[in-house]
Amino acid sequence: MSGLEWILLLSGVVSGATPILLATLGETLTEKAGFVNLSLDGTVLLSAMVAFMVAFETQNAILGFLAACLVGALVAAVVVLFSLWLGQSQVAVGFVLTLTTRDLAYFLGNPYTRLHGPQFSTFPIPFLSDIPVLGPIFFHHNWMVYAGLALIGFCWAYIYRTPMGLRLRAVGESPKASFARGDNPAKLQWVYALAGGVLVGAAGAAFSLCVKPGWGRPQGAEGTGWIALALVIFGGWHPVRAAAGAYLFSLLQVLGIYFQGWIPSVPAQVFQVAPFPLMILTLLIIAYARKTATQEAARRRLWMKSFLDFFSGTAPSALGKPYRLESF
Amino acid sequence: MASDPGARMAVELIDIHKEYGPLKANQGISICFAPGYIHGILGENGAGKSTLMKVLAGFTPKTRGLIRIDGSNTEYQTPAEVSRLGIGMLYQEPVDFPVLSVLENFMIGQTRGFWLNRMATQKRFESLCLHLEFSLPPETPVQKLTTGERQQLEIIRLLSLGANVLILDEPTTGISSFQKETLFQALKALAKEGKTLILVSHKLEDIERLCDRVSVLRKGRVTGEMERPFDTETLLKMMFGSVPSPLKPSQTAAGAPLLNMENVSATGDRAGLRGCSVVIREKEVVALAGLEGSGQGVFLRLAAGLKVPTSGAIRLQGEPMAGKDCIAYQNKGVTFLPTSRLEEGLITGLTISEHFALKASHGFRVRWNDAEQQAQARIEQFRIKGKPGMPVESLSGGNQQRLLLSFLPDAPSLLLLEKPTRGLDLESTLWVWEHLYHYREKKTAIVFSSSELEEILMVADRILVFFNGGVIRDIKTAQTDVHDLGRAIAGKA
Amino acid sequence: MIWAGPSPGRPDDQASESKSMIQRHWKAFGLSLAGVLGFTTAILVLAGAPPLEAYYHLLKGSLGSLNKTGAVLTAWIPLTLCAVGLLYTFRIGLWNIGVEGQMIMGAIFATAVLRWGVESRVPLLYLAAAFPAAALGGGLWAIGAGILKTKGEVHEIFAGLGLNFVAQGILLYLIFGPWKRPGVASMSGTEVFPTDLRLSFLPGLRFSPAGLILAVIALLLTAWMFRHSRFGLVLKAAGSNPIATLLFGERPNRYMLLAMLLAGGFAGIAGCVQVSGVYHRLIPSISSNYGYLALLVVMLSNYNVFVVPVVAFFFTCLNVGSIQLPMMLRIDSSLAGVIQGAWVLVALAAIAWHRRKVRPEKEH
Repeated sequence: MSGLEWILLLSGVVSGATPILLATLGETLTEKAGFVNLSLDGTVLLSAMVAFMVAFETQNAILGFLAACLVGALVAAVVVLFSLWLGQSQVAVGFVLTLTTRDLAYFLGNPYTRLHGPQFSTFPIPFLSDIPVLGPIFFHHNWMVYAGLALIGFCWAYIYRTPMGLRLRAVGESPKASFARGDNPAKLQWVYALAGGVLVGAAGAAFSLCVKPGWGRPQGAEGTGWIALALVIFGGWHPVRAAAGAYLFSLLQVLGIYFQGWIPSVPAQVFQVAPFPLMILTLLIIAYARKTATQEAARRRLWMKSFLDFFSGTAPSALGKPYRLESF
Repeated sequence: MASDPGARMAVELIDIHKEYGPLKANQGISICFAPGYIHGILGENGAGKSTLMKVLAGFTPKTRGLIRIDGSNTEYQTPAEVSRLGIGMLYQEPVDFPVLSVLENFMIGQTRGFWLNRMATQKRFESLCLHLEFSLPPETPVQKLTTGERQQLEIIRLLSLGANVLILDEPTTGISSFQKETLFQALKALAKEGKTLILVSHKLEDIERLCDRVSVLRKGRVTGEMERPFDTETLLKMMFGSVPSPLKPSQTAAGAPLLNMENVSATGDRAGLRGCSVVIREKEVVALAGLEGSGQGVFLRLAAGLKVPTSGAIRLQGEPMAGKDCIAYQNKGVTFLPTSRLEEGLITGLTISEHFALKASHGFRVRWNDAEQQAQARIEQFRIKGKPGMPVESLSGGNQQRLLLSFLPDAPSLLLLEKPTRGLDLESTLWVWEHLYHYREKKTAIVFSSSELEEILMVADRILVFFNGGVIRDIKTAQTDVHDLGRAIAGKA
Repeated sequence: MIWAGPSPGRPDDQASESKSMIQRHWKAFGLSLAGVLGFTTAILVLAGAPPLEAYYHLLKGSLGSLNKTGAVLTAWIPLTLCAVGLLYTFRIGLWNIGVEGQMIMGAIFATAVLRWGVESRVPLLYLAAAFPAAALGGGLWAIGAGILKTKGEVHEIFAGLGLNFVAQGILLYLIFGPWKRPGVASMSGTEVFPTDLRLSFLPGLRFSPAGLILAVIALLLTAWMFRHSRFGLVLKAAGSNPIATLLFGERPNRYMLLAMLLAGGFAGIAGCVQVSGVYHRLIPSISSNYGYLALLVVMLSNYNVFVVPVVAFFFTCLNVGSIQLPMMLRIDSSLAGVIQGAWVLVALAAIAWHRRKVRPEKEH
């Protein structure tokens, strides 16, 4: 492979990762607050469809993007409503919604299949895009890709460097203590579930307006939500690590296409399942790393310790357990 | 209402009642806390201390009564309002964020604005630390601190929020004697500055060393107040009531060793269990006395095989039990009855009959008729108010307890009972023990924990007193009395 | 636990189910149906389709003729088998999201056996052997998720989901690789099995009575297990309170694995029915999403074994009825999925609402 090909490949990785990156960051935000939105996979599809539909009808991609964000927030709102208000399991509701929104997307999107609509066009950033190697990889994309890149930094700074982020981490760790310090845990969970939903919606828009423009069945976004959910765990609920996971996954996808060229008898879909065994392996290592016996053993071996530290991500302690005052 | 530091605040509780359904936790408590004093609240488990403090700290609404701050009536709903009023509470279990760093824990609840101002906060944090002679590493996650350090962090945080009244709920449980010294020095200094300090404790020693005055609580009421100098005997009487303890000499001679614990340590509860070496013999009735969470629960769960010791060895009938699970213990005749009935003992959603079916056969098919008949028979025998088809969660607490007792097998080798008579009236308690005594004829050893000294003295042959995760007393019942035990429980061995 | 999700809803006790309970169920059923119709109608109007006509076609497409009803039954069999298996895992509080993959593995194992049976002189033997092999395949796949859960502390949703995708990958690899049709590898699947390796059809009706019998046996067996066997009782106990179950002398982890094994086994048999009785070959979409759909069926049935076949029947009617929607009304057949999902959501809301009314919030 020549240098130019490598640059092209990496540029494809950066732009192709955008939807999954957005969804992963959104879910990280939601789960940081101790809330699980399992509906991602369907939500991404529904918002992708709505983004294209609105963009096509109005011939305005921005409007499509905004509509997708709204859809993401709406679906998240349904999960929150069922969980915090009706006391149903977040997992159950999220799962039902993931199937329902997917079918809703196919149903409502039917008239819009294989149409040509507006999409976000490439906007090379002046000067920066002229930098050799890095320029074409990072600065020769459309603005959603840039937004995704910027969002990694923003999420990190927000979560770890602002008082609001501190309160967000606090509520996910211990809603009880958060309440004792004057916050309303339910309200915070509402806010971050909706914010996460907006990003998931944006992920859908990134599909139908940039990465795989248009709408079809299958759209090509199937499975994204599940991968994003897994990447949140892979990232140890840290936005930067989760983002790294998104790029790694995107790389795997692109490489899959290359490998397919070498072994034409194996379909691309086979390579696409690679992240899932990887996810299970990661989860196993995380569980293994938490065991006291392992930590004892690692104390004597430096390489093992650094390896375990890398996987030492801990879930927000209150994840998935809605907070009730009477639980005191 | 913002409080300015250095302001002196008096808090008055007038006729506070708190009822949880039929349970009356506080029944008309009136106490006046004055600034510049360290005021002790003394009482045994279940006396209503923690409830009273939760009411004061805004975590639970009171049923009725008045709270007066500096002479004016005050009503509040949430802990946040209370902390704005200048009252800070240090909980028994740390209410903090284990994964977050010390500095972050310090900041939550008091920083607003867009960027975290770490520098300024750290400066304030360090100056407060210096003032109280605490040394806390700001960047370490709180979960790596000791309980004592977590307390110090909370105290500093509350002071930084402008607390003029500081409530400390059992602050000396699970901390080292060195940290206790540091804590006491800090508290004395704060009292001198004019803060109002409230120390809730079971421990006579702490109260006597630190407090200027003390209110004693018993069964939800104030049974007495006292100013320095304290008289230990009077305080004990207020705490436990004056009981004419009918001493019952040990009737049966203990048999062969059944359970051996050799230098066993384990984690769990607040204090865990440290270096416990105990032998339990056949036919013995052994009581585990001590404050809640001093290690009795861990001891029972280790003996039942539910917990794995971090070090030390357990032998059952001479056989080492390392690496065996709870079922292996059961096969050796060990039966454990936990106190949290719906969490560990009974199965929510299953009926009484279904519990008997679960207990009974090991065949593939459930014999429902047998199970139902057995349920009916035991319901009558144990005077349970319920029907075989009723789900267990619909029974009252007392009836759930009787049901649990009715599951006991016919001839266990070791019965482990965690507070077997909790929530039962005296008559039922006697009835339960009459029933349990039958087991001695079958060589069964009974080990039970209880927070009622009267019960312990009445039924046990031998008493193990737990304090801070260790057995500090192992004594025959005949050689002790209420006051001696009370002292040991409060850490004055 | 790494990923602390709440456990699924608890199965209602069928033994003590009183008449008023059933009445209440019907009331909830009626109310939720009204809610679903309202929602679906709104969606149809939004899509610019005539709602009444759509409903008419759904009905006609599923129950309008004997042939269509046969198609409904054909789909009902695997869906019910999967749902029945899920009853075991839900009973012990596990979210076995991996049914989809377990069904695929069942189909793969069945295909492997049937491929050996081609040109054999005793094809019936191979056909009979395909079912236990499929149950084994599905069961093993489920046990995998179960061990990851009990030994590796990996939440069963992620274990199951991951294994679903892996199973899908294996399936595609086989279809396009070792098991491809001579010369051509395509999405249309492997080579079609000879007639004597297929489950026979009833004349006139396009469904196999053998599959139907299997599904009915599974239902009855499960109903009996839950009512009369110690196994069913322990599953329920362990799902509600693992520690107490341990104190009652049973190991919950062992029962978790057993429940997974059974769920996977039933899903595997569903996969075998798909291979030997419906498609007569291995195709990429062999699971037809029945695994995921079965989760909805069980939730809507409120984890009740007697309601499962009814709900499964409604769901397959919707699935089969929607097939002709694109032709008749030019709307997408995914309408069925929308109705099914909305129905479960409304039911979840109704159940929660009902629980609130019955058990007002207790203090302490």
